[in-house]
Amino acid sequence: MSRFTQLGNDLYSGKRSFDFVARRKTWYLISVILVVISIAGPFVRGGLTNSPAYNFGIEFTGGSEFIVSSPTSTDQNIATAAVESIDATVMPKVSTIGASSIRVQTTQMTNEQTVKVKVALAKGYGVPETNVTSSFIGATWGQDITQQAIRGLVVFIILAALVMALYFRTWKMSIVAIIALLHDVIITTGIYGLTGFEVTPGAVIGLLTILGYSLYDTVVVFDKIRENTIGVMRDPGKTFGQQVNLAVNQTLVRSINTSVVAALPVASILFIGAFVLGAGTLRDISLALLIGIVVGTYSTLFLAAPMYAGWRSKEPTVAKNDEKLLAVQARAEV
Amino acid sequence: MSKTPMRRAWRSLIWLLVLIVALIGINAGGVLFGGGSWTPKLALDLQGGTQIILTPQITDGSSVTPEQLNQAVSIIRQRVDSAGVSEAEINTQGTNNIVVSIPGTPDQDTINRIEASAKLDFRAVIETSQAAVSAVGKDGKATPAPSVNPNLPSTPSVKPTDASDPAWVTPLLQAQYDVFDCKSAAAQDASYAPADKPLITCDETGAYKFLLGPVEVTGSQIADATSGVIQTSQGSSTGQWAVYMTFDAAGTKAFAQVTTRLAGLTGARNQFAILLDGKVISAPATKSAITDGKPQISGGFTQQSAKTLADQLKYGALPIGFKVQSSDTISATLGSTQLLNGLLAGLIGLILVIVYSLIQYRTLGLVTVFSLAVAAVITYLLVTILSWYQGYRLSLAGVAGLIVAIGITADSFIVFFERTRDELREGRGLESAVETGWRRAIRTIIASDAVNFLAALVLFILAVGNVRGFALTLGLTTVVDLVVVALFTHPVLALLAQTNFFAAGHRLSGLDPQALGAVYRGRAQFAPSREVRAAKIASASKEAAKRQTIAERKAAMSNEAGADFGKAEN
Repeated sequence: MSRFTQLGNDLYSGKRSFDFVARRKTWYLISVILVVISIAGPFVRGGLTNSPAYNFGIEFTGGSEFIVSSPTSTDQNIATAAVESIDATVMPKVSTIGASSIRVQTTQMTNEQTVKVKVALAKGYGVPETNVTSSFIGATWGQDITQQAIRGLVVFIILAALVMALYFRTWKMSIVAIIALLHDVIITTGIYGLTGFEVTPGAVIGLLTILGYSLYDTVVVFDKIRENTIGVMRDPGKTFGQQVNLAVNQTLVRSINTSVVAALPVASILFIGAFVLGAGTLRDISLALLIGIVVGTYSTLFLAAPMYAGWRSKEPTVAKNDEKLLAVQARAEV
Repeated sequence: MSKTPMRRAWRSLIWLLVLIVALIGINAGGVLFGGGSWTPKLALDLQGGTQIILTPQITDGSSVTPEQLNQAVSIIRQRVDSAGVSEAEINTQGTNNIVVSIPGTPDQDTINRIEASAKLDFRAVIETSQAAVSAVGKDGKATPAPSVNPNLPSTPSVKPTDASDPAWVTPLLQAQYDVFDCKSAAAQDASYAPADKPLITCDETGAYKFLLGPVEVTGSQIADATSGVIQTSQGSSTGQWAVYMTFDAAGTKAFAQVTTRLAGLTGARNQFAILLDGKVISAPATKSAITDGKPQISGGFTQQSAKTLADQLKYGALPIGFKVQSSDTISATLGSTQLLNGLLAGLIGLILVIVYSLIQYRTLGLVTVFSLAVAAVITYLLVTILSWYQGYRLSLAGVAGLIVAIGITADSFIVFFERTRDELREGRGLESAVETGWRRAIRTIIASDAVNFLAALVLFILAVGNVRGFALTLGLTTVVDLVVVALFTHPVLALLAQTNFFAAGHRLSGLDPQALGAVYRGRAQFAPSREVRAAKIASASKEAAKRQTIAERKAAMSNEAGADFGKAEN
């Protein structure tokens, strides 16, 4: 019999258990530190490297566009190398237009850089500099998309809180779930700022995926807590905190298995993306997704559940009952 | 004893088969009759497409403001990609141009949809007549346009009381109307005419000219527009296409006032003209006042052109008209190596998931693997159908999103297996554990999927562009997840529970009660449910249980399963 199965059995029966609820102050502290780093870190990094806190892609900011006409080769790598020789942090989007033009899109360049890039492109493609034209392009992901998306998210969070409050019959669970959700989103967003990875539309979609995953994970564990605290599995001999802790432990094997299964494909994308392909779309999306999955699972176990237990334990009836039970338990131990 | 769950399981599997066959059928229909394909279409980043550069059509030399340009980008985005699934990219270039990049090759309809301003105006008709057929003389030379004396009075002698008042027609206007040429520059500029002045213009074919009052209702007062076939009062189809509009509150009121007034007039002044970009597309007579704010436009529409106009009206008029400056194919920004590597990464990830599942759940892990395979087949078919029917395009980020969905889908199976194991730990027999575990698990699965589905629904309704496409993918994978766990994973497990291998709790089944600690139950600190406790009262200590032969244990277990199941059924 595998040791993991044995662990699952012990967690289920309560023979072994991890103190998610009892040591909650420690977990809160860790989360607060992580959140502070995620919020302040990007600005510190930006200040140190003299770059913006978040490296938004040209889809958000617009940028410069270069057109090389009649190049001697249509190899897209030449353009990438040419741009990187001027500014290594820029990841250009290169495509061929029609039969005989190369389009290179980069983040906004200064006039000086624009001239240098033009020279480098002309040299790379073996054409006179007059064959390279440049212009400014606007954002494809405009303000209108962002505004509509934010409005949608706010409506969703309010509705989700209402639905959860109705389902779990307590609004405390839904408030706690939303706090855990914000925690995950802040940390995942922070990863982009901390690493300086490019924020692309793909990254934003990735962040939305994490938002869904985080809430999903919390609902699954909270459903077990609901069952253990107000449902058929309720154990009258345990304090509220102990009941919650048992529920979290009983679903721990599920939490580990689910996060491993979710993380494995993302990790392999990250591995291929970062080590085989180098910088690019895949690396940028998968890192955030991987961190998001880990943080999403962590926040359910170490933040949402303990917060809920702590909050409910302050209710007078729960507190009174817990006090009595603790006294009984203390006597039994003697 | 096990007839019902087995029959139910088979029925679920048959439904799943019907569903998959139906999806394949829809896709086959698309391939045979609608230009569909068996593979999903790819987005700009992976496949390339067409880049259309639009330049504003301005005749009076004024310049375009950045606000106008941004507004135009946002409206064109809606027109090109209302569902947000085609991964189209629309942005400004320089200070004047708009670049629309769309996957594939656009047809003329798409280009019409993009470039027309679609400014809709309603004006009352004051005069109308047949336009001069040709301004070209018999000798092939254009006859000089008859000149109009510019000194004629241009202000109404009597202040007009309403928009239909012939007092609008000054001698100058009358003279201009008399000589009006539908091919003249003035006719082309009608779209930019001031709204508070009368207007001389023609219909789309240039066969009739109109002298119209000031604008009374505009397209911006339209709340919604759809296209459809006109039906007779008997409900049979006339085969004629029309655009149905719904005005907002202010538009409804204004339109009711206009039609009430026109209904009382006769001759040309009984008509109101519907203008699209300055051209009269329809000038129906007003039989009675329209007070419900739901007029229809008919006349010479095809299914395509009716839909195009309805879409344009729905998403609003562009502040300026555009024309296509250039249209070129563009290559993918990510090479084919990126997609291959992405897929390779997905494959490696999937193999890791399979290995992990087999280690964790032994043979049961195979159920996960097959469930994921079924989910993959259904998702693939849905994506392919959507890419044919809705213009859905898979970008590299979209592929990554689908790979992440593996986690959320697999979670449902894991929740179900863990609940089943929990029930085994409580001492239930396998068959009963599967059913009880399922009842618990499906509650959790529905609750958590409901939250995801809510996110998908809200974002799909409220968001635009890529976010809307994401919402569609999320909603899709969530529904597939529910379908697979209910119609595949549960029935398969219910059937497996009947086999000797699983029911006897083979070591490698992943559902071995002994490994799951069912025998430790006596010492456990929790209170098992009463019915289970009763069934297990006879259960001996750890040592005794271990000394049982497999046959004994099997016998005990099947008795127990029968007893438990009997209870559950009653």
